[in-house]
Amino acid sequence: MKMIKTDKLTYEYIRRDDDGNVEGITTAVDNVSLDVDAGEFIAILGHNGSGKSTLAKHINAILNPTHGTVWVDGKDTSDEANLWDIRQTAGMVFQNPDNQIIGQVVEEDVGFGPENIGIPTRQIWERVEESLRAVGMYEYRKYSPNKLSGGQKQRVSIAGVLAMHPKCIVLDEPTAMLDPNGRKEVIRAVRALNDVEKITVVLITHYMEETIHADRVFVMDRGKIAMEGAPREVFSQVDKLKELRLDVPQVTLLAYELQKRGLQLPNGILTVQELTQELSRILAERERK
Amino acid sequence: MLRDITLGQFYPTESCIHRLDPRVKLGGTMLYIISLFCFKNAAGYLLAALFLALVVRLSKVPFRFMVKGMKSILFLLLITVGFNLFLTPGTPLVSLWKLQITREGIILAATMAVRLSLLIIGSSVMTLTTTPNHLTDGMEKMLRPLKIFRLPVHEVAMMMSIALRFIPILLEETDRIMKAQIARGADFESGNLFKRAKAMVPLLVPLFISAFRRANDLAMAMEARCYRGGEGRTKMKPLLYTRADYLAYGVLVFYMVFSITAGRNTFYVLPWK
Ligand SMILES: Nc1ncnc2c1ncn2[C@@H]1O[C@H](COP(=O)(O)OP(=O)(O)O)[C@@H](O)[C@H]1O
Ligand SMILES: [Mg+2]
Repeated sequence: MKMIKTDKLTYEYIRRDDDGNVEGITTAVDNVSLDVDAGEFIAILGHNGSGKSTLAKHINAILNPTHGTVWVDGKDTSDEANLWDIRQTAGMVFQNPDNQIIGQVVEEDVGFGPENIGIPTRQIWERVEESLRAVGMYEYRKYSPNKLSGGQKQRVSIAGVLAMHPKCIVLDEPTAMLDPNGRKEVIRAVRALNDVEKITVVLITHYMEETIHADRVFVMDRGKIAMEGAPREVFSQVDKLKELRLDVPQVTLLAYELQKRGLQLPNGILTVQELTQELSRILAERERK
Repeated sequence: MLRDITLGQFYPTESCIHRLDPRVKLGGTMLYIISLFCFKNAAGYLLAALFLALVVRLSKVPFRFMVKGMKSILFLLLITVGFNLFLTPGTPLVSLWKLQITREGIILAATMAVRLSLLIIGSSVMTLTTTPNHLTDGMEKMLRPLKIFRLPVHEVAMMMSIALRFIPILLEETDRIMKAQIARGADFESGNLFKRAKAMVPLLVPLFISAFRRANDLAMAMEARCYRGGEGRTKMKPLLYTRADYLAYGVLVFYMVFSITAGRNTFYVLPWK
């Protein structure tokens, strides 16, 4: 069974004036069909306003499709009876860490989800401990969230979702408000969830570097899926990415230009390290000749 | 830094009073305040003061923290005392201009001062020894019977704890906006009251917008984590009475009976009654 499946999903935001008349319609997600297998790591890229968040909110049944259908773990999200099952199956982490932490102490926040679904007290404590350990925040369990760094807060948010034992986690730009170190921390934690806990991950971001470990990358533009494929496949199409207004990393651009001038470089280079390795390999080959 | 402020005025230390169930402390404070209004003679107040001194001692909170709470309402205390002192009719002792101090006035003012001081110190013992979180938990559980009158007890308690979580964040935000506006030449300090109130507008508007945005995000995050009100919810840290709590209830009952009996004994009745 597919973990997430959407069929011709369309979502329209309707703007109304003061009298309730329709003023305008924004089609935020436009006829999207996609499948995600259990255990997969999916990344969704796209510039601001391309419809990523709207798509993400359908997986957690925060929004219901205007047209089309979404299934999570085989359950139709627009069926009211499935609502709480779906929210437990597919957890969601949002962009702003401050606006999603409810507890005044780290451990209490992680316990919030299990409390809501009626887990007995003793098991809540077990879940809190195991989730905090999974994101490396167990030592901070007694801290006030206000005293943590952005990256630490996002890891607490992830633990809060983990404690509900989800099969799938959707992260909507979890790193957008963090500094480079915080971003690395969070991405490392997310990868561990996928590798160790075998949780299906949908990572939404606009940093291309963060998607390099994904199994598949989708690029969204104006509500549609504009590109899809393995990370390197997608990243090798630099011109198209620029057209879709993505921030292509400078190393990737440089590698792309060098490739165009005839250097034998592999496609879709994303880090400085990779490029220097490839370049020194080429230099070594030339010296041998 | 603003984010370091502690709310309420919890004094973190280990003591038997800190460990008590918040319901005991809430109920105890309420009973104590009631007892203060039942006395008719000095013996009652003396007992109440002794009892409070014992509790303060047990709580291991330095006395100056208790008095800190007094400072903020010193003004109110002085006004109350002043009114009682000058406006009580009775046997005049001293008269200044149109005001006169009577014997009854002195006694009444003294009673009021003692009663208010005990009341304030008594309730600060509760806030100093209980985390805000524990307090809301205790209130939720104590007020649960009111649910049959359709009072949203769980929701109110949840709102209170969310407010406690967000006050430091919003304070920090206020600080940030204020600095941003000052950098653009805004002036929050000078001018008369009206001018200063007007200067607050560019501060309050962005603050409100951001607060609403946060509220919206938070509601979504709570729903995404399956929050659906108090029905069927379990507790990670449920309130459970221990033997110490029952003992404390016993002590309270004993105090109430003893002090009120002594405090209402006509043998010590205040002279004007
Ligand atoms: N609550 C809303 N009301 C009306 N329009 C919205 C709302 N949220 C988003 N939109 C519009 O929907 C489109 C997609 O937005 P969004 O899904 O947030 O994109 P992204 O997350 O990729 O930045 C944008 O054009 C945006 O203006
Ligand atoms: Mg978004």
